[in-house]
Amino acid sequence: MSFLIGESMTGGYGSADILHDCTIGVERGEIAVVVGPNGAGKSTAMKAVFGMLNLRQGRVMMDGQDITALSPQQRVHQGMGFVPQTSNVFTGMSVQENLEMGAFIRDDDFLGTMEQVFDLFPILKQKRRQPAGELSGGQRQQVAVGRALMTQPQVLMLDEPTAGVSPIVMDELFDRIIDIAKLGIAILMVEQNAKQALNIADKGYVLVQGANRFTDTGEALLADPQVRQSFLGG
Amino acid sequence: MDLLNALVLLANFMLVPALTYGCQLALGALGVTLIYSILRFSNFAHGETMAFGTAATILLTWWLQSMGVSFGPLPTALIAMPFGALAAVLLLLASDRVVYRFHRRQRATPVLLLIASLGVMFFYNGLIRFIIGPDDRIFTDGARFIVSAREFKAMTGLSQGLAIKTTQGITVLMTVILVAALFWFLTYTRTGKSMRAYSDNRDLALLSGINPDTVVRVAWILTAILATVAGVLYGLDKSFKPFTYLQILLPIFAAAIVGGLGSPLGAVAGGFIIAFSEVAVTFAYKRVIGYIVPPEWAPDTLVQFLSTDYKFAVSFTILVIVLLIRPTGIFRGQTL
Repeated sequence: MSFLIGESMTGGYGSADILHDCTIGVERGEIAVVVGPNGAGKSTAMKAVFGMLNLRQGRVMMDGQDITALSPQQRVHQGMGFVPQTSNVFTGMSVQENLEMGAFIRDDDFLGTMEQVFDLFPILKQKRRQPAGELSGGQRQQVAVGRALMTQPQVLMLDEPTAGVSPIVMDELFDRIIDIAKLGIAILMVEQNAKQALNIADKGYVLVQGANRFTDTGEALLADPQVRQSFLGG
Repeated sequence: MDLLNALVLLANFMLVPALTYGCQLALGALGVTLIYSILRFSNFAHGETMAFGTAATILLTWWLQSMGVSFGPLPTALIAMPFGALAAVLLLLASDRVVYRFHRRQRATPVLLLIASLGVMFFYNGLIRFIIGPDDRIFTDGARFIVSAREFKAMTGLSQGLAIKTTQGITVLMTVILVAALFWFLTYTRTGKSMRAYSDNRDLALLSGINPDTVVRVAWILTAILATVAGVLYGLDKSFKPFTYLQILLPIFAAAIVGGLGSPLGAVAGGFIIAFSEVAVTFAYKRVIGYIVPPEWAPDTLVQFLSTDYKFAVSFTILVIVLLIRPTGIFRGQTL
């Protein structure tokens, strides 16, 4: 069983289900990518794993423990980090304060972790005193990821981290995400830029209408003619 | 010499009172802005919170006075004030527990909370009149002046005197200390930062493990302290009458909105802008002009733009202008 797994999840926001028997999981130190057409329930699946959605069926397991009943906040304490797609930084606060708030639940000295984040994203060290709201889109995403890393999570969940950034910045962000995975953190992310994302993925999930359509390694999915034709634009 | 006299006259009747009034408004507006930025509604019960804290302080002051306690040249009320603030803290926390928490858990819209605060206001209103009655109370004691007009004249040889009342000095000093402490708290402490984070992006704050109940509780405590100090200072400077505290809510709201609702810096700036314009527009300039211009040009009228009865109209005119030109307020409100 995977380190983190949402198993046969069924549920939605209101009475209608968005997810139908959907399963996504990720191993330590690996990158799992969820792709699919618009409205496929990619973000919903992610939110379900993070506990922002009530599941009617299925369960979420982390490190062999059933965490289905935990609230998102409790899951943060359990070692999950979540980067929402929008409004993912404190715009009025400086970069450094953003990171400090990320470490809010920690009582120990978190300066080492902050140094790690600065090593990962050197530009943030330069701009540590600047309000996060004044940074460019790519830099903001770095702050957002850095904030989530401050709890030293075992799992990092990213909801479309490259939405709205230029292709160069996207490549750069993906490189950093690979670096983070190398630290032994499990990474689960939803991506619009399916090809590039599957390129770096150890595991890929193609969702359609809230259900698993294809599941394989990123490489295999990219090679699969059916997947290419239907979801990757040939 | 005449120019100096004119300046002293202006300082005595306009600058010093406006500065004092501005401090009182700034402290009041800080409480309004704090609640707005954390709980996202305009707290109409704030004026009554000030009145309640002041009433509690007055009762305690009377008791201290009857025991023969005094604070030397300073008003006895300053000793009683921390306890008055404590009473206000308890009242606000109880109101939150009984009224606001329910609506917060329902994720009620801001307007619903605003109406709820209106209800709370009427409740406080009755409570205060029940405790201390509707009458005017003067509770200041100790030395009346730091510098009296006569001393000033003797010192400088000018024909105009500059009087600084003890209460005015205390007001300015207390405001500086309290505002500095508040800004320090919000900028440098962990709890203060978490309050700014919560007001900046509530969902992300929750994701970061910031406890909303703690943030809300601290916001009420700070508001109660600010309100009590503002109320006591206002009462010492003028007098305590419950109805006046209901009225002062209007310029306080104007100050908070002009400065940018949700911005502490804006609340302070807004307080002084409102205070200075109120006093400047309702001030009679006759004697000041009399000193400056040759005698034959001296005006016959008071040279007063508006009667003091209209002072509230001044704050609202500024409010309307700011809302038309810069709706977010001078300091772009919304967050701490």
